[in-house]
Amino acid sequence: MAETKVSAAEPLPEAQAPERDEHEARSIRSALRSAEIDARLAGMLAALAIIWVVFQTITPGHTFMTPRNLWNLSVQTSVVAIMATGMVLIIVTRNIDLSVGAVMAAVGMVMAVVQHDWLPEWLGFDHPLTWVVAVIVGLVLGAAIGAFQGAIVAYVGVPAFIVTLGGYLVWRGVAWWIASGQTIAPMDTLFRRLGGGAEGTIGGTWSWIVGIAACVGIVLLQVMRRRRRARYGFRLRPMWAEIVLGVVACGAVLLAIWYLNRYYLPPGLVEQRGAAPGTNISLGLAIPVLIALGVMIVMTFIANRRRFGRYVYGIGGNPEAAELAGIKTKRTIVKTFTLMGLLVGLAAAVQIARLNAAVSSLGVGMELNVIAAAVIGGTSFTGGIGTVSGAVLGALVMQSLVSGMVLMGIEAPLQDIVVGIVLVLAVTLDTIIRRRSAK
Amino acid sequence: MSQQMGPPLVELQDIRVAFGGVHAVDGVTVDLLAGEVVGLVGGNGAGKTTLIKTLSGAHPADSGTILIDGEPVTITSPRDAKALGVETIYQTLALADNVDAPANVFLGRELTTRFGNLDDDAMEDATRKLMNRLNPKFLNFVVPVQSLSGGQRQSVAIARAVHFNARILIMDEPTAALGPAETKQVRDLIKQLRHEGIGIFLISHDIHDVFDLSDRISVMLQGKLVGTVNKDDVTVDEVLAMIILGKLPEEVTQKDLAELH
Repeated sequence: MAETKVSAAEPLPEAQAPERDEHEARSIRSALRSAEIDARLAGMLAALAIIWVVFQTITPGHTFMTPRNLWNLSVQTSVVAIMATGMVLIIVTRNIDLSVGAVMAAVGMVMAVVQHDWLPEWLGFDHPLTWVVAVIVGLVLGAAIGAFQGAIVAYVGVPAFIVTLGGYLVWRGVAWWIASGQTIAPMDTLFRRLGGGAEGTIGGTWSWIVGIAACVGIVLLQVMRRRRRARYGFRLRPMWAEIVLGVVACGAVLLAIWYLNRYYLPPGLVEQRGAAPGTNISLGLAIPVLIALGVMIVMTFIANRRRFGRYVYGIGGNPEAAELAGIKTKRTIVKTFTLMGLLVGLAAAVQIARLNAAVSSLGVGMELNVIAAAVIGGTSFTGGIGTVSGAVLGALVMQSLVSGMVLMGIEAPLQDIVVGIVLVLAVTLDTIIRRRSAK
Repeated sequence: MSQQMGPPLVELQDIRVAFGGVHAVDGVTVDLLAGEVVGLVGGNGAGKTTLIKTLSGAHPADSGTILIDGEPVTITSPRDAKALGVETIYQTLALADNVDAPANVFLGRELTTRFGNLDDDAMEDATRKLMNRLNPKFLNFVVPVQSLSGGQRQSVAIARAVHFNARILIMDEPTAALGPAETKQVRDLIKQLRHEGIGIFLISHDIHDVFDLSDRISVMLQGKLVGTVNKDDVTVDEVLAMIILGKLPEEVTQKDLAELH
């Protein structure tokens, strides 16, 4: 970037070194303010901890926080979490996608037909490439549907609510049509691993390796950030705070791995694998959980460190300003819907793998869970505000509530009532806090 | 004033813009030299903002010619205008309220690392250096600009316009939302930029601002150009007569002037 005429010029007459004290006071205040995003996340983590502790206390037999239940919780959360990361970007740009449940069904049906009917004819039954081809077909199809809907929204100017409401009906119908409403089962053996289950996990050792790699990643990110900021002479986090942060983050990761690794294979399967009866074999992290975590990392990176992400937030904050700044706003909107479709394709793969079957009723009501997860996670319908990690946490909060209530034997209608109340409460609280901090 | 020999920096010739049946800009011709400030004045709805939007790319002209350095150019989007060195400070400021000052300054023109990732630190550094000269009191680089004061937001909008080597600057009511100290700062900035050879179209309601800063004044009324005058050749009252009555100084009678007061 070339030096500009103005910045190369003499300072304006008024220009003088800012007062030291004022500078200090302001930057402390602004540092606190900038930490507010972290404060939001910390608040959500606290809310999650409270929910967990309360359920642990009140569930019969205190079964909520057993390794088994938390492991199941992690798997159950992953499908909604994968899609919620995309929904955040859609809502940030002041749009909505009501079609994700129906698209999931249509894409899921196609993936099922591909691996169940088509590929065995060409490749043979249980061919090692079957799952790869099926997943790629799903991703491409999902992205194509997303791009198509997004193009109508962006270039024709039909409101996203209408376009995706149409999609909600159309793709559900298509899903039925693909197999005339029949259930397609079973799925390919390797494909099934995408859904978790006893075979769809990476085992205890690999889980530790993933955990340690995550810790290395966290520390590396911290070091790189410090180096970059030091290069420009920016204010750095105090060293003690940096160390505490790193230790807490790595500790949390390793604690989670350790705890989930205490969920062992059922005795029957242990013997099937030829191990001595009574040995404890950890299941380790489930593959859908790894997929969801990977998606979260990639989507966070896209949202925060890529031009596309910056444009998404720019458009959400002020669409007119984004246009005047020379951003290709329409293309950006199409990209958000395409990305959403891609993630729906991925989530559909996980879902039919979990069920080991595809039905045209796949993902009924899922759009509302995904939107609710994004909103509980702090995404604002006024646009411009929302984080990927918040949406994943939102999905975890919602699934925790459902899981806890199931353990307590609460009936489904009452579960819905509770989740609905929590949704509105979360947004109400958020609105009040935001209004206060804006003043 | 510029004493250059070549063609004007910008010529807008016979520009027309219609909204439905209404001629918002009706055959207006104005020009701008390098190192010159041309004040664009007129009442509400006179078509000033619509006229400059044809140059900034926000709203292309229906017909007419735009010449830069004597060469005809096509401007159909803000991207086109920026590529030609035309930067605009809009009356609304056109800021994305939810992101911080560096993100706004570089919106659409982000600095990236060699891997194409956003280089937020480089952008913050550049913005700090820029602000140190434009508005040293500006220190909030990491908060969303919605929490900034009107003057600070204005500083962000100005920083964005001047950072990218603008040759032609359009300022639409740059001091409307500012206090006295900040207004003075913007005035000083305009004088400084003019010295550096940048051509500036200045739209303002404040006739004194215009008189203080402009070399020439173009007056519009109901979508048409009343005329362009050298500031040194006219009085404030004569310009007011142009704005309100649509009469050039030589056509104005003593009776007209009396009625203005």
